[in-house]
This record gives sequence, C-alpha cells and structure tokens, in this order.
Amino acid sequence: MLNFFQLIIIYAGIYALMAIGQNCITGNTGMLSLCHAGFFCIGSYATAIICKTFGLPFWFSLPVAALASGIVGFLIGVPTLRLKGDYLCIATLGLGEIIRNIATNVNPVGMMSVPRAQLFGYQFSSRNKFTFILLIWFFVLIAYILFRQLAHSRLGRAMVAVREDEVAAASNGINVTKYKIGAFTLGAAVGGTAGCFATAYTLTVQPSSFTFMVSVMVLCMVVLGGMGNLLGVILGAFIIEFISYFPQLVGLSSVIPAQASQIIYGLVLVVMMICRPQGILGRDKYRYGDPRSTFSKLRDAVKSRKGGEVKA
Amino acid sequence: MRILETQQVSKIFGGVVAVNKVDFNVEQGLVNGLIGPNGAGKTTLFNQITGMDVPTSGKIIFDGRDITGLPAWKISRYGIARTFQNIRLYCDLTVVENVMMGLHFKVGAEPFRGRFVQAVKSYFNARSENRELYEKALSWLEFFNLEGLKDEFARNLPYGNQRELEIARAMASGPKIIFLDEPAAGMNPAETEHLMGIINRIREHGVTVVLIEHDMKLVMNICDNITVLSFGQKIAEGTPEQIRTNPEVIEAYLGKEDD
Repeated sequence: MLNFFQLIIIYAGIYALMAIGQNCITGNTGMLSLCHAGFFCIGSYATAIICKTFGLPFWFSLPVAALASGIVGFLIGVPTLRLKGDYLCIATLGLGEIIRNIATNVNPVGMMSVPRAQLFGYQFSSRNKFTFILLIWFFVLIAYILFRQLAHSRLGRAMVAVREDEVAAASNGINVTKYKIGAFTLGAAVGGTAGCFATAYTLTVQPSSFTFMVSVMVLCMVVLGGMGNLLGVILGAFIIEFISYFPQLVGLSSVIPAQASQIIYGLVLVVMMICRPQGILGRDKYRYGDPRSTFSKLRDAVKSRKGGEVKA
Repeated sequence: MRILETQQVSKIFGGVVAVNKVDFNVEQGLVNGLIGPNGAGKTTLFNQITGMDVPTSGKIIFDGRDITGLPAWKISRYGIARTFQNIRLYCDLTVVENVMMGLHFKVGAEPFRGRFVQAVKSYFNARSENRELYEKALSWLEFFNLEGLKDEFARNLPYGNQRELEIARAMASGPKIIFLDEPAAGMNPAETEHLMGIINRIREHGVTVVLIEHDMKLVMNICDNITVLSFGQKIAEGTPEQIRTNPEVIEAYLGKEDD
C-alpha cells in the first residue's frame, strides 16, 4: 500500500512538471494548446536515445530533452501561434498526434531497458521509490521557483497582458507574437523534462503511451487547480493522478475497468465547472499592484493592529 | 509643425473603399479633431496609423519616419498611443496594474535596443522593477485623479472611469501623440465636461491629441483643427469656425436640400 502511494507521488511529480509547462502556455499566456503529450514524447525519446544508444549519463540527457522539445515547440509555435482560441487548439491537437505517429512509425516497439540514472554512484531505481520521489520533487520545486519568478517579472506581466487582451497588449508596445512563441517554447521545454524523468523511472519508452488523453489530462490539471496558479496546478496534478489510480488503490481494479477513471475525472471536471469554475485554488493572484514583500505586508498589518489597540 | 501626416492613404476591404486617398495632417501640440458621419472611415484611418491594420496604398510619416505597415507594438514604442472605441482594458487586473502594463517598455533604457538583456535583468530584479513601475503608475493615476480606485478591478469601474483609465494607460507609455477613439461616447454632459478638462491637461502636458468624436459640442469647443471625412474621403479641413460654416460638411451631415 505504501509502495502504491509512493508510485502515485512519483507520477504526480512527473505530471506536475508537465502541468507547470502547460500552465505557462494556457494559464499565463492564455493559449489553449493540446500537444503536451507530444513534448512528453520528445523528452522521453531524447533521454532513451542518449542514455541507451549513446551510453551517456542521465544528467546529460536532461538539458538535451528540454532543449529538443523546446526547439520543437518553437518550430511548431512560429506558424500556429497566429491562430487563436479553438483554431489553435485544433492545430496543436493535430501536431501532438503527428509527433506520436512519427514515433510509432519510426520505432513501433519502443525502447526497453534504458540505463538507470546515477548520482555519485547511487542508482535511482524503481525499487527504491523514496529516493526517486526526492529526485523528482526536487526538480518540481526548482521549476516552481523559476516559473514563480517568471510570473512576477516583466515577462510574466506581459504574458498576462497578452492573455487578457492581445490588441490592447500590442497597443501598449508588447510584441505579442514574441511572447506567445516564448511562452510556448518554455512550456514545451518543461514538458520535455517531464518526459525525461518518466523514462528514468520506467526505463522504457512506449510510443503508444503518448496519446491525446495525456494532453487532456494535463490540461485538466491546470483547469482543476486554477489557471495560472502554480500551487493550484501542482495540486491538480495530485488529484488527477490519485483519481486515475483510484481503482487499484481501493483494490477493486478487477471490478472497476481502467476506463472508469476517465469517467471519474470527466465527472470531477463537470462538477468543478459548475461549483467552482476558477479552479480549486482560484486563478493567479500575482498582485503586481502591491510591490511590498510578504514580510513587510505582515509587519505593516501587525503595526496597524497594534496602533488600533493603543487607540482603543 | 506637422508631427504626423498621411499621404494618399487608402484602405480597400473587398469592394468597399473604406479610406480613399486621405491626406490627414496632425499639427504638433494641438488638439486635432477627426469627424464624419458613421462609416466614414475614421476608425479605419486610426487603425492604419496605429498599426492595427496595413493600408492598401499610401504612406504614413510620423516624426520624419515612415511608419507605414509597421506592427502596432513598434509604432507604440515610437510614441503613438491610442484608446479604443469599445473600451479595451485588462478587465481581470486592478487599475494600477492596467497602468503598469502601459509602462511595459518604459522601464530600463531604450525601447528597442538590448531588450533581451533587459528582460533577463528584469527577471532577476522583478521586485525592484515592480516597485519602480508601481510608483510611476501611481503618479499617472494621480494625474487623472484615479488614485482612490487603484486596487479596484478594472471590470468593476463605472463606465466613465473606465474611459479615463484607458487614457491613463495610454498616457503612461509617454507618447508624443495620443489617439482617442470616441472618448465621450455614452457619457452624460457632466462626464463630457470632465473629459474636456482631461484632454486640456493632456495638451498642457505637451502631448498632441487626435480625437474622433460625434459630440459636436465637445469637438467644436476643444479642437484647434478639424478634418472631416465622408465615405472615405476628406471633404474639409480647418478651424472649428470654418468647418461649422462649410456647405459640404453640412451636406454630409444633414443631406442635400431638394431643388
């Protein structure tokens, strides 16, 4: 049972990385994209090829996976990001499928027995799940810090402007196309690193696993947790992963078919849309309008409280 | 001095000639009005100048520089700000954040060169940059007497304040010239009066104003120079006095008398 919980936490970490990437594209910049499975696929294959075919260490494959899917994201982005809303959604959906089909045709059996990741002679294996949890969540933390800073910086602010109103953003001197392509490339790169960790954990790559459902699941995580809200997105990854392993978790996997989890999270989404459309933790609340640090806000609050008591 | 001129600018949508060889001149430091009946091509001309659309033919010269067909973000960095006929605010952001967006390319050194290095720097100095922008945005809100509403969401503002906020956001980018597309539409007389004060203060601030407006009282009171469009063509240009008595303008607005 503990083993199983650990498995869910590992997968939640991998998907949290994916969701952080998707959040950069959909939550911050407002582009509805459905090809994160494609970036996941590229990252996975990049790692498998580098570790197995070239025999290079895992740590080398990490930046390469990010770079490879970042470049593909950029190349996809340049022609498609002129589209808006539903059209962009359809175009990216098609591109995700193209990536999967290329993988299926070039390498139909997938890649097996990829060498394990090592750190100072220690091997990360799926038998010792706890160290793997540390590894993956360390990188989730790094991604969280980097993207949080991004959201607070001028770049994040401009991305929000693009999301809110493209025409107004352009009239404010924001190069809309550049920011859209930039956000898409970054999101793709993070999706690639998620693929990298997935390969390091399972040590296999199956082209049939990068289906459209993966993209939908990642999008669901973002919508469920709260668009643009990084903590919400990570929470969303947890919830969706928990739901998808629910039948095994309660020991009814022989009774409940695997497809049932899809029904459950469809249901969860419908209920969410009715009861709390802004997501569990709500939409992003980067109040650029209040530049004080959290500490000084707290201090001011305490001060005003003390002042009030003295007067009373 | 002419700060902006369009030379024979035309825009054709399919079979419709929306703007037909218009020479529109804007004098620096003045309030320039652009009037005409509905569908005369005023907003289309605005869109050509501010880069929202590319003219079919003709040239647009701003400050001695040919800006024909440049993208909107570039034109706005050269110093042309605008507001929109249907208000376009960042509705889910607060008032002060809206103005901060207007300051986007005002932080750091230059609007064009070294932007990437700038962006990387701003990534690491996000907090201090935010503070700098916040102070600047507040001073612009004070200029428009909106500082009391700074933490309000833009979508919750009353209509008149939304118009003002849009002007404040445009002014924050430090333009040489500001285009106002029907700023008084839907305003009551008191609000229009207030708007007149704002436009006067913008002029005193040294910014050239170009105004599309249907409210004749506002236009005649505030404009130094008026251009009249009708069916895509310029039919008159001159001071409010000249325009008021121009028979062609009267005909365009009221129709021709039957013989």
